[in-house]
Amino acid sequence: MAGADGDDSLYPIAVLIDELRNEDVQNDTETQLYSLKMYSIIHIFYNTIYDEDEVLLALAEQLGNFTMLVGGPEYVHCLLPPLESLATVEETVVRDKAVESLRKISQEHSPVDLEVHFEPLVKRLASGDWFTSRTSACGLFSVCYPRVSSTVKAEIRQHFRTLCSDDTPMVRRAAASKLGEFAKVLEPEYVKSDIISLFTALASDEQDSVRLLAVEACVSIATLLPQEDLETLVMPTLRQAAEDKSWRVRYMVADKFSELQKAVGSEITKNDLVPAFQNLLKDCEAEVRAAAANKVKEFCENLPEDNREQIIMTHILPCVKELVSDTNQHVKSALASVIMGLSTILGKDNTIEHLLPLFLAQLKDECPEVRLNIISNLDCVNEVIGIRQLSQSLLPAIVELAEDAKWRVRLAIIEYMPLLAGQLGVEFFDEKLNTLCMAWLIDHVYAIREAATCNLMKLVEKFGAEWAQNTIVPKVLGMANDPNYLHRMTTLFCINALSEACGQEITTKQMLPVVLKMSNDQVANVRFNVAKSLQKIGPVLDSNALQTEVKPVLEKLATDSDMDVKYFAQEAITLQS
Amino acid sequence: MRCSSSKPTSEKVDGFTRKSVRKAQRQRKSQGSSQYRTQSAPVELSPLPQLKDTPSAEQQELFMQKLNQCCVLFDFLDSVTDLKSKEIKRATLNELVEYVSTYRGVLVESAYPDITNMICTNIFRALPPSDNPDFDPEEDEPTLEVSWPHMQLVYEFLLRFLENPDFQPSIAKRHIDQKFVLQLLELFDSEDPRERDFLKTILHRIYGKFLGLRAFIRKQINNIFLQFIYETEHFNGVAELLEILGSIINGFALPLKAEHKQFLMKVLIPLHTAKSLALFHAQLAYCVVQFLEKDPTLTEPVIRGLLKVWPKTCSQKEVMFLGEIEEILDVVEPTQFKKVQEPLFKQISKCVANAHFQVAERALYFWNNDYILSLIEENIDKILPIMFGSLYRISKEHWNPTIVALVYNVLKTLMEMNCTLFDELTSSYKAERQREKKKEQERDELWKKLDQFKLGNAPLVQNNSHSIPSVQNNNNNNNNNNSNNNESQEATSTPSDKDLAVTVEVEDSTPCAK
Repeated sequence: MAGADGDDSLYPIAVLIDELRNEDVQNDTETQLYSLKMYSIIHIFYNTIYDEDEVLLALAEQLGNFTMLVGGPEYVHCLLPPLESLATVEETVVRDKAVESLRKISQEHSPVDLEVHFEPLVKRLASGDWFTSRTSACGLFSVCYPRVSSTVKAEIRQHFRTLCSDDTPMVRRAAASKLGEFAKVLEPEYVKSDIISLFTALASDEQDSVRLLAVEACVSIATLLPQEDLETLVMPTLRQAAEDKSWRVRYMVADKFSELQKAVGSEITKNDLVPAFQNLLKDCEAEVRAAAANKVKEFCENLPEDNREQIIMTHILPCVKELVSDTNQHVKSALASVIMGLSTILGKDNTIEHLLPLFLAQLKDECPEVRLNIISNLDCVNEVIGIRQLSQSLLPAIVELAEDAKWRVRLAIIEYMPLLAGQLGVEFFDEKLNTLCMAWLIDHVYAIREAATCNLMKLVEKFGAEWAQNTIVPKVLGMANDPNYLHRMTTLFCINALSEACGQEITTKQMLPVVLKMSNDQVANVRFNVAKSLQKIGPVLDSNALQTEVKPVLEKLATDSDMDVKYFAQEAITLQS
Repeated sequence: MRCSSSKPTSEKVDGFTRKSVRKAQRQRKSQGSSQYRTQSAPVELSPLPQLKDTPSAEQQELFMQKLNQCCVLFDFLDSVTDLKSKEIKRATLNELVEYVSTYRGVLVESAYPDITNMICTNIFRALPPSDNPDFDPEEDEPTLEVSWPHMQLVYEFLLRFLENPDFQPSIAKRHIDQKFVLQLLELFDSEDPRERDFLKTILHRIYGKFLGLRAFIRKQINNIFLQFIYETEHFNGVAELLEILGSIINGFALPLKAEHKQFLMKVLIPLHTAKSLALFHAQLAYCVVQFLEKDPTLTEPVIRGLLKVWPKTCSQKEVMFLGEIEEILDVVEPTQFKKVQEPLFKQISKCVANAHFQVAERALYFWNNDYILSLIEENIDKILPIMFGSLYRISKEHWNPTIVALVYNVLKTLMEMNCTLFDELTSSYKAERQREKKKEQERDELWKKLDQFKLGNAPLVQNNSHSIPSVQNNNNNNNNNNSNNNESQEATSTPSDKDLAVTVEVEDSTPCAK
């Protein structure tokens, strides 16, 4: 169908483009003419073409940027009719985009235009028959409210009130999601008289999808009210939400907990939120526990400092301890991602006494994500208790995992290694972890050996060429004489990976001789890997070495009795010439 | 539901994860219920005497006691605790079911509050989060309600209660009210198909017995569907609700109310866009056909609505759409058919030429339907020109031999219907194709011209910087007089000519726009 209509639709587009080219029109009368033209174009656009949602979406978005094209703020109202009908479309994305554009251009209306053109549109939408227009209206009240006269303001408040008790849940959801935003633009006296009752009603809606949105609004409303009113106006509702029978609402409370905590202040936090938080951490739904676990660090950080430690030790930590052995891995992993942050709040002694056992337990968790989250946050603990303490307590666990019988677990630990090395420093690494890293090179699983070579490269990038020369290179080169040809090949793979990071000097003086010598290996696999290595490290070498040392060896390999050796040697020769 | 966002990281780290996740899920399977929270410490139940062993004067009192006893909830996630009490409750529920279904005169007015209270306490609960956030009802095992051993009996009891000959809606409506229905509807999202099946029958009974609730039920179903289509794209009970609606529509009085027509156009048609259409398409198509059997004048808007939401990339859905169109055509009135035949057969001709053989095959099967054949024959002068191009082309080009064979049969049938028209179309086919090609080319060129306009519209500075070197180039060319350069000069000059051409066109057309 689109194909057949295509030709017709080109016509207005061509016209439109012509108009766009004339953008520099300045003269007033011309501008007026121009805006009239623009207006008709938009209508052609809107009426003749498409009811495809994709096209409508683009249209809704573009119209928000059309102010200058219709002749500036003076004529911006001519964009309203097409946007109004787009705001009543069923497809949510189109409607949302249209509302976004309407919000944008509302700012470009003069106060008079706003009352003459924009506000009537909002009212029409708010009293539309079909739910779509009413949901759209919810997003428009707050943008025009601050700039209209007090009579119109009263009307807007009335419309908002009506929509908050609309009989379709879709509209109530839209209203609930804009409640906070609307409260912010209202005069303080109306926040108390209007918003609170709406908030209370929405928060006890029969649909949980509405109630949970009220939790979000709670944050903004609480910040708008003076501290002394919070207890009577907001807290009853919040308490009720934290114990709602629907887990979705409780999840929302957990998810917004830090914001809520900041909004209600420290006194209410101490009396109300601490027990509520404890309950959320012990919730029967894993989803809620996980959301709460995610907030443990932030919640503790924001507790009033005077008795923060006491609250954490007596109220929060016991719950955290239980979560460490939770049945759900998402909960444990959420906790693992923040638990290390508690050490900075609790200080050295508490960390060693209370937190370290938890870290250790999580480090040994069966779920790799939990372990990963612990290991990748080691640095915060490092700062508090120092590397010695850390190594004494955590390292055995890491070493144990590094030698796990399952190669996938070993692989996971190898992948953490560069991260650990960076956090622990070179000295510590040499002392405790270097042997491990070298041991992986002779692992009996290829994937581990491969990952180990890659790991070496990353370590050299971190610690530098000099370190490599002293600690790694001798051991790697030593393996060239190993009786097992797989280990001899590992030497070559390591050289491939390390040459660039080590630089020309080390490569030419130390690595190259070993590679060249291995060209006489009796195993063909080693020999053709020599050819491959020579090709790999070629770019690092100087031309002299290439000509006098590498080339003769490659030429010799090119006459090898083995077909594969010949092939790779020839490939290397062609690439280097 | 939301927790899953953190999952992918682990999958990258360790190949074990997926297995362990799957394993964990298997272990958790058939769990799920957030109702346990409502109670702190379950009381231990002690068995009451059997109703049938009790003198009838005391039966009512005992009945109440038993109802109250069944309000105690147990934790089924923990399969070892309260075994004795659980068994007592199960036996009691069984007894209650039997009592309301076989005994007469047990539903006295004073019993209603206790009965509904027992039902509400047991079945109304917040459904637990889905174990599997990407739950695919076609592939995955549903999470089963863990307390089903009790819950099944409560549902059974509710059903028998509603079906009891002594049941009086006028008394019950104080308890089975809008709030009750709303909570019942929310339960349709349960992943447990056994529960949804009970709910379906129960809601249907309530709709039948409570006239005052009918409009409310329809409206709430409306809301559930709209939320499903436009907001969440997730609701497990769509098929069950549609099944109820199917029989409700059957009973609509004529002429249809505006509310019902709106439901058809604004809810049922958009439901076709859902990703999970396969799960409820049969029920949906049934509802649509029911509407058209009631009121044939709705055929045109329905067909046009379906054409508007016709799947563009999903072949599986396209096959379903074709199936539904055939169901509609089976009941269509010839006068209504005439109104939609052109847009409809344009779409069918596209389907016939679809590279997916199942789509093509499904569309070609229309020609096996005698009623559709008679409709086509009646309107052959309109339909043949629309279909001919596609059919002729795929008879030569389609990759699938079955389709080619089917197309030959269809072409043969059509030829027999109107031989002269067929011959005309055959002879003009080539010219037609060429004309199409030329048109396509022209379109292409027009677009290219417009693209150049877009470039011309870029900031002036850029234009200048472009034009200066090209002028220099031209000068050089003149000096050298090289044939190669001449060519390139021509190449650079052509676009500007085209540019002019379009400008003229546009200027011509501007006045019309006003």
